[in-house]
Amino acid sequence: VVSFLTEYGLSPVLAGFIVAFIAAVVLVTFVALSAVFFIWLERKVAGRIQDRLGPTRVGGKFGWLQTIADGLKLIAKEDTIPADADHFLFRIAPYIAFCGAFVAFLALPFGNYAVAKEMNVAVFFMLAVMSSEVFGIILAGYGSGSKWSLFGGIREAAQVVSYEVPRAIGVLVPVIVAGTLNLNTIGRNQAGGIWNWYVFHDPFTLAAFFIFFTCGTASCKRAPFDLAEAESELVAGFHTEYSGLRWSLFFMAEYGAMFAISGIATILFLGGWHLGFLPGDLSEMLGTSGSVGWFIGNVINVCVFIVKGWLLVFVMMWVRWTLPRLRIDQVMMTCLKYLLPIACVLLLGVSVWQLAVPPLIRDYVRYGITAVSLGLLALFLVRVLSAAPPKGMIPPSMDSWTPHPAETHT
Amino acid sequence: MTVTAVLFWLVAGLTGGSALMVVLSQNIVRAAAWLLFTLAGTAALYFLLAADFVGATQLIVYVGGTLVLVVFGVMLTAQGPFVTMKAGAAEWAVTTVVGILFFGVLVATASFTVWPTTPPERADAAFSSTTQQLGEAFLGATEAMPRANLTGLPAGARAEHRQQVAYLLPFEIISVHLLVVLIGAAYLARAKRRREVAA
Repeated sequence: VVSFLTEYGLSPVLAGFIVAFIAAVVLVTFVALSAVFFIWLERKVAGRIQDRLGPTRVGGKFGWLQTIADGLKLIAKEDTIPADADHFLFRIAPYIAFCGAFVAFLALPFGNYAVAKEMNVAVFFMLAVMSSEVFGIILAGYGSGSKWSLFGGIREAAQVVSYEVPRAIGVLVPVIVAGTLNLNTIGRNQAGGIWNWYVFHDPFTLAAFFIFFTCGTASCKRAPFDLAEAESELVAGFHTEYSGLRWSLFFMAEYGAMFAISGIATILFLGGWHLGFLPGDLSEMLGTSGSVGWFIGNVINVCVFIVKGWLLVFVMMWVRWTLPRLRIDQVMMTCLKYLLPIACVLLLGVSVWQLAVPPLIRDYVRYGITAVSLGLLALFLVRVLSAAPPKGMIPPSMDSWTPHPAETHT
Repeated sequence: MTVTAVLFWLVAGLTGGSALMVVLSQNIVRAAAWLLFTLAGTAALYFLLAADFVGATQLIVYVGGTLVLVVFGVMLTAQGPFVTMKAGAAEWAVTTVVGILFFGVLVATASFTVWPTTPPERADAAFSSTTQQLGEAFLGATEAMPRANLTGLPAGARAEHRQQVAYLLPFEIISVHLLVVLIGAAYLARAKRRREVAA
């Protein structure tokens, strides 16, 4: 695009700035819009899982505009700062959290050619930047001058510092398979059939996917790891004292980080922007670089990637509203006694697998794992979707809920 | 001035300014917050040099690890709501002397070194093979810095007699050391149960 702009008489420097500006604006818009979507989705998912409706009124049948209404309310709210708070830290903490979550998107490829900045160490960069999001949350907990927030901050610090270790080791497992930290290359390597996805590559990557996803959920402080927030015991933890736009910045950061973690998982394990049945990259199949077909292929790639990321975010919500919150000692035990040793074994295992196992066996195992996992997944989905409601319960027809006539007349 | 130079001075100025604030602020956690900007600015300088690996390492080690632990420690140990530090006159004197000496060393190093005057090759973060080079240098397969000139050698003692240096052993020693620290920390922090005394 830079060369395209320079043809129209712009200096390369200016063109570079314009392209960088456009990329940044697109990313901010994406993070903000997906947060809007996720908040609505979260309410709906929570409602359905708890056998309620979720939002139904604002913006028609499904409550589409609920988040917009929330956003307007948040903008109109007074931005209060407690008298006991450290004003400087209190003000700056939401921005640090949001920047941490947002800057990670710079290196996240949405498609082979749709990345703000292709980096050689992209996955390492993303993990590094997202670790600074935590610092914003801890500062918020400390700077609020409230005991609830302080407890939230302490828990967050203890939890995140521990979970960073198995998360990083979990990332290393597919990186060893790929031989690079470049997310674009990792995505390109998984072109072709679904058995080329790294999650099916060998038993160790299959396990590493779950380890990474668990640690990723923990690092986004999502339930069952939401100890920093813990609404039922710490009021709202680190953001007890926040209101208005600063509060919503924390939420944008949280939902941004959820998508970033899901995006990393999608690229490292789930084939990135590939559909899983095409022999090559869709954009390259539809046309040469710069043609209309190439462009359409890229758009489809980006859509595929985003849908995969959304599915993982949906799984995070599903987990959140299904599992109870862990205690802090259980959180630490899960990490240090189980996740960390398992991750180390996986790291050793995948190294041995890459070095010592002959390619023929590796291929057979790969096809076998693909078939078995997809079969189990299909079985699981069929069971979930066709599950009959428990006896004595009326099958919910939720979106067309009307009050009982007897209730309306009383 | 080129774009890179403008960005360099911008980032360097912000880094230096926030480093000054680290020293001047008396509240530990505020100092930590300013230190965040200092460290992030240093990482940004590395990114400007297309040394992405070092920049990301800087962020993950110092921001994600050290700074979090600093604030964590303050939160666990502080008696009052916000900790402030008052430095005594002796501390001021000592730190001033040490600081001036260190600054002098830096200035001397910067001014006496013969810096290469040829413009460096333009490096792109996406296509320079930094991690691969790092890995091969660890194993001693390639020189760690193939394009850099060694400084500090007497004239004539050029690189011909230099041996290939592999960093695998020190790397492994550090790794094992860190693993020992991890296990030791878990051992020390374990829940201690009294052994039941047989009656």
